Amino acid sequence: MEDLILSEGQYRQLLVGLRVTLSVLGWSFLLGVVLSLSVGVMRLSSNRVVRGVALVYVEFARGISSIILLFIMAYAIPILFGFQQGSRLLLASLALGLNMGGYGAEIVRGSILAVPKGQTEASIALNLTPFQRLRFVVLPQALRIILPPFGNLTIEILKGTALVSLIALTDLMQVVSIIRQQQLANQVSDVTGLFVNVLMIYFVIAQVINGVFRLAERALDRRFSSRPGDLPTLGGPATAAAGAGG
Amino acid sequence: MTAAPPSTSISEAPAGGRHRRWYRDPGRLVPVLLVLLGFAVLASVEAPRGRFRTDVIAGRDEAFSFEFAVSIIAPLGRGLYTTARATVLAFTITLVLGLVLALLRRSGSRLVRWPAAFVIEFIRSTPILVQFIFFQQLVRAIDGVSLGAVQILILVLGVHYATYASEAYRAGIDSVPKGQWEAAIALNLSPLTTWTRIVIPQAVPNVLPTLGNYLVAALKDAPIAGPVLGVPGILFAATAIRGDTFRQVEPFLLAGAGFLLVSLPAAWLVRRLEARVAYERT
Repeated sequence: MEDLILSEGQYRQLLVGLRVTLSVLGWSFLLGVVLSLSVGVMRLSSNRVVRGVALVYVEFARGISSIILLFIMAYAIPILFGFQQGSRLLLASLALGLNMGGYGAEIVRGSILAVPKGQTEASIALNLTPFQRLRFVVLPQALRIILPPFGNLTIEILKGTALVSLIALTDLMQVVSIIRQQQLANQVSDVTGLFVNVLMIYFVIAQVINGVFRLAERALDRRFSSRPGDLPTLGGPATAAAGAGG
Repeated sequence: MTAAPPSTSISEAPAGGRHRRWYRDPGRLVPVLLVLLGFAVLASVEAPRGRFRTDVIAGRDEAFSFEFAVSIIAPLGRGLYTTARATVLAFTITLVLGLVLALLRRSGSRLVRWPAAFVIEFIRSTPILVQFIFFQQLVRAIDGVSLGAVQILILVLGVHYATYASEAYRAGIDSVPKGQWEAAIALNLSPLTTWTRIVIPQAVPNVLPTLGNYLVAALKDAPIAGPVLGVPGILFAATAIRGDTFRQVEPFLLAGAGFLLVSLPAAWLVRRLEARVAYERT
C-alpha cells in the first residue's frame, strides 16, 4: 500500500504541474464559453453570411482532432504569422478553447431551439430589443438545458489539457514523465503508484467540475423555479415541486 | 406513417411490409455488407512500412511551399491509414466491451453494479494520454508480455471508448418500453431470448448514431498515440517529416486537412443515420 504514496518532493513537483494544467483549463474554458455563446447565437442568425461563417467554424472545430489543432497552433501558426516567441500556454489554450467552442456552440444552439417559441413571440410583443430578448428571456431558460452537457464538455477539455505536455508545456502530465525519468534513474521499477496518483488527481478534478455544475444547476433551479409553461408560483417550494413534477 | 390499428399489430405483418427481416431489406443489407467489407479490408491490409520522408527541398524563407506540401501527401496518407485502421479495430473492442459494461452496470447485485459504475466513471474522466503511458509502462514492467505500439493503442482506445459506449447502450436499453419486458415475461421467454430477440434488436438501432459519434471521436483521439507510443500514424508522420526537413508548417496543416477529409464525411454519415433512425421511430 505504501507504494501508492509518493514522496513529499514529488507531490510538490506535481503541484507545479497542476497549476499549469489548471490555468490551461481556465483559459480554454473561458474562450470556449465565449465562443460557444456567440457562435451558438450566430448559428441561429437570420443573416445567411453570419450563419454560414458560424457553420464553417463549427464543422472545422468539431471535425479536427484537438491534438492536431494543438500542433498546428504551436508549430505552424507562429511561422505562418511571423511571430516567434508566442506564449505556448496561451496558444495551447487557444487550441483547446477553439475545440470546445465548436461543441459548445451546438449545445447552445440546440438549447435555444428548445426554448418554446412563445417566449420569443411574447418578448417581441413586449417590444424588447433582440439583445434584451436573448439576455433576459431566451438565454436564462436555455441555460437550464445548456448546463449538464457543458459539464461533460468541460471534463473533456480537462482531459484534453494533458495533451499540452506534447508541445513541451510543463503540465501535470509532463511532470509525471519527469518523475518517471527520475524513478528510472533510481531503478524504481514500480509504475503503478505514480500513475494511480496522477489518475486520481485528474479524477478528483473531474468530480469537482461535475459538482460545480450540479450546484450551478441547483442555484439556477431555485432562481427560475418555474418551468416554461408553469404559472408563477405563490405557495413556496411545495407547489413549485408539484409544478415541476408534471 | 400509417399507424396500424392495435388489433393487427400482434399478428405478423404481410410479407413485403415493414416487418420483413432486416437481411431481406436491401436498404439495410447493403450498408451492413459495405461496413463488413470495409472492416475486413482494413483489418487485413496494413499500411506499407517505411520512413516518412520526402525528397523535395523547400526554400528556407518560404512560409508555405506548395511543392513541398504536395510531396508529403503520400507519406501523410500512409500515416492516416494506420490511424484509421487502428481506430476501427479498437472500435470492435468498444462495441463488445461497451455492451458488457452496460449489462454489468444494470446488474441486480450491488457488488457488481457499483464497481462497474466506478470503473466506467474513472476511465471516462481521466485523460487517454495518461492511460496510454500507464498501460505501456505496465506492459513493459510485466515479464513475458510484449505488446507492440499499435496493439497498445488498439487496446487502450477500445477500452476508453467502451466506457462511453456503455452509457449509450444503457440509454438505449432503458429506452425499450417497459411493456416489451412485461410481454416477454408473459410469453414465458427465457432471459436469453428476451435479450437477444426483444431488447437488443430494439435498443441497438437507437444507439447507432451515438456509437457513430464515438467512432468519430475515437478517430480524433487515435493520433495521440503517435508521439506517445510511437504508432506510425498521421501525427507521427507529421513529426517525422518535421524532424527530417525542419519544416513544420506544411506537415501539420496537411495533417489537419487530411483529418477533416475523413472526419467530416464520417460525421455527415452519422447525421444521416441519426435522421433515419429518428424517422423509423416515429
